[in-house]
Amino acid sequence: MNAILSLILSGGVVSMLVAIPLLGVWALPHVFGIHLEWLFGIVIPYFAVIIFFVGIVYKVVQWGKCPVPFRIPSTCAQQKSLPWIKYGYAEKLDNPVSTAGVVGRMILEVLCFRSLFKNTRVEFGSGETITYKSAKWLWLGAMAFHYCFLVVILRHLRFFTEPMPFFVPIIEKVDGFFQFFLPTVYQSGLLLGAALTFLLLRRLLDPKLRYISLVADYFPLFLILAIVKTGILMRYVFKADVVSIKELTMGLVTFRPVIPEGISVIFYLHIFLVSILFAYFPFSKLMHMAGVFLSPTRNLSNNSRIVRHINPWNPPPKYHTYEAYEDDFREKMIEAGLPVEKQAASPAAKE
Amino acid sequence: MADIPKSWKVAPPKAWNLTTPEELVQDTDHRRYTLGLEKGWLRTAPDVEIKKGMHCHAALPKRLEDVGMPNPRNWSVMDEDWKLPKNWKEIVLEGFKDRLERFRSFKLFMDICVRCGACADKCHFFIGSADPKNMPVLRAELFRSVYRKYFTTAGKVLGPIAGARELTTDVLKEWWYYLYQCTECRRCSVFCPYGIDTAEITLMGRELTNLVGLNIDWIAAPVAFCNRTGNHMGIQPHAYKDMIEFFLDEIETIIGYRIEPTFNRKGAEILFITPSGDVFGDPGTYTAMGYLMLFEALGLDYTWSTYASEGGNFGLFTSHDMMKKLNAKMYAEAKRLGVKWILGGECGHMWRVVNQYMGTMNLDLAEGSKMEEPVSPITGTKFENAKSTKMVHITEFTADLIKHNKLKLDPSRNDHLKVTYHDSCNPARAMGLLEEPRYVIKNVCNNFYEMPPNTIREQTYCCGGGSGLNAGEDMELRMRGGMPRANAVKYVNEKYGVNKLACVCAIDRAVLPNTMEYFVPEVDVTGIHELVANALILEGEKERTIDLRGEPLPGMEESEDV
Repeated sequence: MNAILSLILSGGVVSMLVAIPLLGVWALPHVFGIHLEWLFGIVIPYFAVIIFFVGIVYKVVQWGKCPVPFRIPSTCAQQKSLPWIKYGYAEKLDNPVSTAGVVGRMILEVLCFRSLFKNTRVEFGSGETITYKSAKWLWLGAMAFHYCFLVVILRHLRFFTEPMPFFVPIIEKVDGFFQFFLPTVYQSGLLLGAALTFLLLRRLLDPKLRYISLVADYFPLFLILAIVKTGILMRYVFKADVVSIKELTMGLVTFRPVIPEGISVIFYLHIFLVSILFAYFPFSKLMHMAGVFLSPTRNLSNNSRIVRHINPWNPPPKYHTYEAYEDDFREKMIEAGLPVEKQAASPAAKE
Repeated sequence: MADIPKSWKVAPPKAWNLTTPEELVQDTDHRRYTLGLEKGWLRTAPDVEIKKGMHCHAALPKRLEDVGMPNPRNWSVMDEDWKLPKNWKEIVLEGFKDRLERFRSFKLFMDICVRCGACADKCHFFIGSADPKNMPVLRAELFRSVYRKYFTTAGKVLGPIAGARELTTDVLKEWWYYLYQCTECRRCSVFCPYGIDTAEITLMGRELTNLVGLNIDWIAAPVAFCNRTGNHMGIQPHAYKDMIEFFLDEIETIIGYRIEPTFNRKGAEILFITPSGDVFGDPGTYTAMGYLMLFEALGLDYTWSTYASEGGNFGLFTSHDMMKKLNAKMYAEAKRLGVKWILGGECGHMWRVVNQYMGTMNLDLAEGSKMEEPVSPITGTKFENAKSTKMVHITEFTADLIKHNKLKLDPSRNDHLKVTYHDSCNPARAMGLLEEPRYVIKNVCNNFYEMPPNTIREQTYCCGGGSGLNAGEDMELRMRGGMPRANAVKYVNEKYGVNKLACVCAIDRAVLPNTMEYFVPEVDVTGIHELVANALILEGEKERTIDLRGEPLPGMEESEDV
């Protein structure tokens, strides 16, 4: 599976996924008069959400059941040692000994992608000098992607709550701050597309990334790009019927599902791709969202010299004892004037 | 020294069979994968060329028999047939499953990598070899691909589309080759957004290879020696004492009187344990002399042990069980001798074990002993950070002495030195021992210069020979891995005239002299306590004319004693 094959395959799969609702909701009714809106609008989304939640819980429980036998944090700053050696805020966060420090470290890691922020790029080719350049682009792309995605998701609460939580209109206001178009253009959607494109181009243009990337890396990028595109098309181009859509989505969350009239195909396309993303999530690398919280190199404090960390399956000690060692070397030890526990047997007894 | 194999001695540069550093560096084109048209790595295991100079020799059967490890036999890496047990695949997969259930780290790190590539150019072996399988992410993917095939539904059903591949002998050989091209230095884990630690994956990988008898002699021999004689070098008790007595002769020449340390003495307050490499080989020996002189100056109530005569732990590079087995001697001996606490010498992976594993694994053995929270008998300082394990790092101990003005020092004796400090990977990234060594160096040397920030502290580079790869036969691997460190040393050498590379690791002291000889011959390697002892003024010593290496001190070049 090389880069080109992976691209073709993941692109092909996403294209097929796009074709399915097109066929189901657009072609079938027109050609055969069969209506499958209930399948794409109700059944598949329900299944996807069930797989999503059950899958994530199952996976997290599986991880959680697995013991953490040793305390193995990556210590990225000075340890807490002698009282006069500086152990300030930076050290507490990067080499924590307390729970508060760990919480701080995790918050920075989860919300700010701190480790990624430290990224550097090695410049090294045919010359002899290795130089290190700051490399914040991946961090910036990742931040843009994740936060825009979050904003987009929060904005979508408009469709699943009645009345809307107070923050949704605020987010919409801020997100649509630059009102250069009607309907209001939300920057988050455009930025999300841009960030995804950057992450994709990065995989394609950097030879190292191209070498390591698998289908599982291209596929989610293509899938989310397709979701973003259908969303943008729906909002700005096809101007979907928001009232009917809200009727459908509210029906889903209140468990009184309905398929109102007049919802365009593009909506079914969008919700189908989102369903695929939900169902795919627990089986994929996207589980890093939950996994990051459990990472033993980040969520443990470096205090194993202060407090004993307990390994639940610690095997009983088996080692070469001092007695066995002395038996092996007793005469040599006595000759060398080293103290021994037992005196050497007399030559007669040895016979 | 009877048990030391002949191949132990590092061969002279001519026999390294290496091109010049310039040519070696020319050969590191990181942009060689240009089109994406090549075979994907999932299918390239059969193409892996096991290159001479890039791997260590296979373990001799005797080593495995000595410690009861499976499948002892004579085999060679260069042979087609590695003489695996018939059911090797079953053993490996069963072992894989068992470790997935016992280590959350392993399970999680198999599941959550997104292949963002942040770790790719953080590995010294990738930088120095440009082999794409040395990118930490790919090294781990070699295992993840097999994990997906046998332990995930998607991988079982979709195979290569889900990034899964069969475990074949080619894959096993590929595993082996790249497992033993990782020094488990954890530099990649600093940059990973999820903290994925390649060392954790290669530790498990090495456990798996050891289940089917694919060990390297450079690790298996020290493990077998350490089990029987108490130290990696296989030094027997009488010889250990002899070697230290040789240092006492040397010290006598330097300070004018003889000091009398004790061995295996019951009732001592402190047990001192240091890597046996420092008793065995230069320049570590000078560090060992440094300890002896420091303890003499303090009148410390301490003892050496010939039974627990190893600080290092090549069990860490073998399996968790072996690590525990070898480490157990420290507490067992502390209890037998009735000491209050343990003082540990300068060593790298030893401190990973002491900080992250020892208490968890073996503290039970200290039950009923006289051990208590360590207190410096000289300054009264309580080492609260070692309250549970009761083992203190020598630079913590010495930094505290200097802070309390308990040492008479003449740093000008080190004025001919321009020193830089190499953070050893494990004390830096598995402990956070960053300031203590610097504080000590700055107080015993007047000329100290840091290397560039991307190459020190938590971002420090491995010497290229850690985790049991400091053999003679893999010299090319060591030089390639040592390239980023050497590059940083060269930088401070050219900029400030640095001529001394200080470190707190016995493997560094064994590995870096070769690396320096190859890349930056002007620079010499030293332990920190060699610098301390040179500056240290002992009561009643004669006027010093030579340093610990027998070379004239600055301003003493004309002295008669020299």
